[in-house]
Amino acid sequence: MAVVETRNLVKVFKQGDLGAVNNVNLETREGEFLVLLGPSGSGKTTLLRMIAGLEAPTSGEIRIGGQLVNELTPRERGIAMVFQSYALYPHLSVYENIVFPLKAQRVPKDQHKQKVEWAASLLGITSLLSRKPRQLSGGERQRVALARAIVREPRVFLLDEPLSNLDAKLRASAREELESFHDRIKTTTIYVTHDQVEAMALGDRVVVLNKGKVRQIGTPKEVYDEPADTFVATFLGSPPMNLLEFSEVIVGFRPEAFLPSALVPGAAAVEFNYRVNYVEYLGAERDLYGSLEGAGFESKEIVSRLSWTMPSGYDVGTVHEFSVHQSDLRFFDPKTEKRTQPRPYPWR
Amino acid sequence: MAVENRRLGAAMFAPAALYIVLLIGAPFALAVMYAFSDARIGTTGFHYVGFENFRSILQSPSFHAALRNSIVFTIVAQIIIIFCSTVLSIALEKPFRGRKLVRLLILLPWVAPISLGAIGWKWILDSIYSVITWVLVWAHVYKPYSAPMWLGEPHLAMASVILVHCWRLIPFSTVIMLAGLTAIPKEIPEAASIDGAGFWRRLFWIDIPMMAPIIWVAVLFGTIFTFTDMTVVYILTAGGPFDSTQTLPLLAFTTGIQGSDLAAGAATSLFLVPVLILIAYFMLRAAYRAEVV
Repeated sequence: MAVVETRNLVKVFKQGDLGAVNNVNLETREGEFLVLLGPSGSGKTTLLRMIAGLEAPTSGEIRIGGQLVNELTPRERGIAMVFQSYALYPHLSVYENIVFPLKAQRVPKDQHKQKVEWAASLLGITSLLSRKPRQLSGGERQRVALARAIVREPRVFLLDEPLSNLDAKLRASAREELESFHDRIKTTTIYVTHDQVEAMALGDRVVVLNKGKVRQIGTPKEVYDEPADTFVATFLGSPPMNLLEFSEVIVGFRPEAFLPSALVPGAAAVEFNYRVNYVEYLGAERDLYGSLEGAGFESKEIVSRLSWTMPSGYDVGTVHEFSVHQSDLRFFDPKTEKRTQPRPYPWR
Repeated sequence: MAVENRRLGAAMFAPAALYIVLLIGAPFALAVMYAFSDARIGTTGFHYVGFENFRSILQSPSFHAALRNSIVFTIVAQIIIIFCSTVLSIALEKPFRGRKLVRLLILLPWVAPISLGAIGWKWILDSIYSVITWVLVWAHVYKPYSAPMWLGEPHLAMASVILVHCWRLIPFSTVIMLAGLTAIPKEIPEAASIDGAGFWRRLFWIDIPMMAPIIWVAVLFGTIFTFTDMTVVYILTAGGPFDSTQTLPLLAFTTGIQGSDLAAGAATSLFLVPVLILIAYFMLRAAYRAEVV
């Protein structure tokens, strides 16, 4: 187990272009599950590939376990990686796939069988050892890829969107399995995803990336509740945080905090007249899409998420009194888009 | 609607069917017919002679030499071609400066008309004007009067013919294999290097086994091209010296067309058929497997 550290890490693919990764400073903790989250093109996979040694950084340092690894080949870094496509060797059986890293690393032959069986039983694929990858389902392939990664007990685990090839139902159970898997082996893990649900569910901490820059590092609760800027505020959460833009300040609040006034007690609430334009029924909850009545609020779509326990009657075209609690308001600077001090209402 | 479609389909299919029937089927039927006759150039009638042609061919020393040479020629050339084109395709797959130029240069022998290439080689290997001999003499490897006659000594002539064939077919196999290599997802060699594999282990455990189906395709195509080719041999040695480079297609041509014994020529060429059918069968299977995977 080891700590992974990047210092001022930069990757520019084509001279003159913007960097795919711009000055990234990260430090994992011992045994941590760190998630790199960002939209496509945010540089998260490039960052992971640089840590793996598949991509050479343009500048900056990568350290694993305190050791500078910039010049080391992937095999010398003591890492294991699971690819999005799993990259199983199609011509080799599951057993041969899992034993491959042991052979390549010249682990003594008498340990091979026992180690492969250990890894296979950890992932529940002992019965599949003689099959070829093409005879496996998506979920089974993913487990084989994981088994191949853990079999030589790496210092660091790198996972590149390992769940994105699974269907929605399988993804949820695979997510759970990954979590309990990490709890058992406790190896430092860096996990790349564009799926915020995965990031929130799996990560000890989440690194939110955009355009090659780190926008925020924090626990899932921190990045959701206390977003550092408007990008993080709108990238996390579905539907995203409502933002009201004024010349001096941007005010944000989550759809689930924007509720009928009767449900927001106390004097510390800010009240609006809310016209419902569209209702999306999602089973456990309803999303109301509408607009705020009054000068300055025109044309801005505001979403409210009501749980199924809340009263109904918010039909299209009706206007209601909705409120947000002061403590649920987040304020951002319109120039830098970063968080700023709270301001009293009215904000203009 | 369905009827119209069927007619359109038949119309679209007709050129291919006509081509096969008229230019391949008919001559093949004619060859089979001739092989059982005593037809010569100018003969008008048809006189059935049974297996007489085959019997006399099987007793001819030229035929034995041609059959043996064809097999040696094809197998040795294929081994060299597959080895060189595997190495080349792996080397050319990685990006480097000037890769496009190198690829173009390597492809040239295949693009050039085979007769021109063979004539070029005929001069390079000529008994008097050979540049190779000149260089060897200049380097004092040989004395001017004892220099090897590349096309005039049986073993050297065979080696020369094989090497010219390799020169011509290596580009072709290389291109096939490059196409096969680019079809391997790049994560797989990456995964291998993360798993700790060095160059050789990756080559023999991952790259070559994954290339196997495409190597197989290259072997089959190459075998057909080598086994049925007569241009290179005809221009370089015309089968000589003493039938040492005689091959089946060339023998069929010289006896059937130049020697005007159509029946014997047809019978000789029919000996190619079983080999080619076998290769065609494997080719179809390889193509099917490539589709499935």
